[in-house]
Amino acid sequence: MTVDVEVMKPPRTEVGALGWLRKNLFGTWYDALLTVGSVAFICVVLYGVFNWALNTAKWGVVTTNIKVFMVGRYPYSEVWRIWTSVGLFLVMALVSLVVWKRNVTKARRGVTIAWVIVLLLTIVLLKGFGDLPLIPSVPINIWSGLMLTLALGIVGIVASFPMGVLLALGRRSSLPVIKVFCTTYIEGIRGVPLISVLFMSMLMIPLFLPPSIRLDNVLRAMVAMTLFSAAYVAENVRGGLQAIPEGQYEAGRAVGLNEGLVMVLIVLPQALRAMIPAIVGQFISLYKDTSLVVIVGLLDILGVAKAVTGQREWIGTQKEVFAFAGVIFFVTCSALSYASRRLEKQLGVGER
Amino acid sequence: MENERSEASETREMIICRDVHKWFGDFHVLRGVNLTLTKGEVVVICGPSGSGKSTLIRTINRLEEHQKGDIIVDGIELTHDIRNVHAIRKEIGMVFQHFNLFPHLTALQNVTLAPVYVRRWSKDKAEEVARQLLQRVGIPEQADKFPGQLSGGQQQRVAIARALAMQPKIMFFDEPTSALDPEMIKEVLDVMIELAKGGMTMIVVTHEMGFAREVSNRIIFFDEGDIVEEAPPDRFFTECKEPRTMLFLSQILTT
Ligand SMILES: Nc1ncnc2c1ncn2[C@@H]1O[C@H](COP(=O)(O)OP(=O)(O)OP(=O)(O)O)[C@@H](O)[C@H]1O
Ligand SMILES: [Mg+2]
Repeated sequence: MTVDVEVMKPPRTEVGALGWLRKNLFGTWYDALLTVGSVAFICVVLYGVFNWALNTAKWGVVTTNIKVFMVGRYPYSEVWRIWTSVGLFLVMALVSLVVWKRNVTKARRGVTIAWVIVLLLTIVLLKGFGDLPLIPSVPINIWSGLMLTLALGIVGIVASFPMGVLLALGRRSSLPVIKVFCTTYIEGIRGVPLISVLFMSMLMIPLFLPPSIRLDNVLRAMVAMTLFSAAYVAENVRGGLQAIPEGQYEAGRAVGLNEGLVMVLIVLPQALRAMIPAIVGQFISLYKDTSLVVIVGLLDILGVAKAVTGQREWIGTQKEVFAFAGVIFFVTCSALSYASRRLEKQLGVGER
Repeated sequence: MENERSEASETREMIICRDVHKWFGDFHVLRGVNLTLTKGEVVVICGPSGSGKSTLIRTINRLEEHQKGDIIVDGIELTHDIRNVHAIRKEIGMVFQHFNLFPHLTALQNVTLAPVYVRRWSKDKAEEVARQLLQRVGIPEQADKFPGQLSGGQQQRVAIARALAMQPKIMFFDEPTSALDPEMIKEVLDVMIELAKGGMTMIVVTHEMGFAREVSNRIIFFDEGDIVEEAPPDRFFTECKEPRTMLFLSQILTT
């Protein structure tokens, strides 16, 4: 018996780290060559980066201007309002995570409502009101830095999602007027670059609104990002809708659900679930595209970076500043895609 | 509508189809079908592929629209009035060939969905009834699984429970066993036999002649959009006259 067991053991070179190395990195002579070459290349690059980051780079420009990068021209005496908002968001994120993880079905509706309230509260808190003593108005026009980037991204994502779903449903509507309108809108937006939508909203929105209402530039940019992103969300949702077999609609109707309930209870949950990766991808690209608002004179984090490096005392610090901005984008985007993967796992995308 | 219902007697007519016609474009699928089912009757429809059997039962609960003729279900006339359509759909439970369960919901949720949103039952009541139904179709232990985790036979039984949850007076089965592996057919047929013996009014499109013999009151041979002939099961196999029927029977009974 013991002899048998001895014989059955896989050869040493097949298992463990050594086996893995052998199988995956040095399988053939050209694999080995590629491995050695890549390792050498990675070492050189990493050495260069670390050498620069640790020895040459002057991070003073970042540490000195950190507040400007984060909140731009937001009055420093009011920065506590931003911290409060961030705190609220973190608390909400934590609560949601716990509620969803523990599967407390009853609390879900409450948490969803709380999210809406927190969002509205944040807007009020950040913007303030004319003569309230505690939170005096901070014109949205001076929002800048990472705060502007996040605000544009979050508003764009939150607003373009429902709008995109409605557009997708409209495009499949049996009413010709709605169908033509939604199709024209979606194709029209998809046919022009974001920059032109941004410019259009700067120039055209004032034309549509009565003169008494003046939208701040930042709000106009938010509108533009939302309108733009919604068209892409709509196309993603439409893709998801197309994947739902007719039998699902029929089964829904046969048990007595009306068309609206069939859509909301049966079709949309499946369609959206299947499209989460695509929709989150769209949101990530929307978030990164917020940096285009520089073109219409807003200072997002990249705009601030550019402005800082233009100052005389910080000349020659582009590398540091843009490396910093890149890291910020990387961290926030990674957080988004991590959240998406969590969501997919939670909902069991691809399993059911 | 109410008067019509109240005058119904013991042997009242649950389904009346009078000269029902339907076209798909130029294609004449249903060619003047006349069919009446009384309460508690179990009717088996068989016939060649493409003859319009599915279309007929799908027309009765308005998954397809007919263009000519009258359809009256339990005294409610099928018209373009969406309220009538919904009223009729509440009366009829439907079981599909490919189950058509909702894959994003558990077996239990599949069953409770319509009672909660259409009948407006409380969640607790709906769940209690759903568990009883799953018990009745023999899979109480599968309540919290998703359709993708169940076998074909189990899925079809969940589908039957889902249809029964709306407490319909009539059940339609459209080839309920033809997508199943042979060893699962019996478990589904057993549930259907129990239902039929319990007095449910049923239309079953199937080629399972054993089932037809055991519980049906009438077998209908359907071809080219109309009823060719019909007879009680004890006479159907021996006394049918039409050559088309005999040809069809010889095909399905030998295989
Ligand atoms: N939505 C549709 N559009 C056009 N033609 C259709 C449609 N649905 C069914 N048909 C046609 O109508 C005819 C009857 O179809 P039906 O599904 O009712 O047949 P069936 O008797 O149920 O056949 P099977 O035994 O294969 O299920 C077929 O020729 C089919 O091609
Ligand atoms: Mg059929």
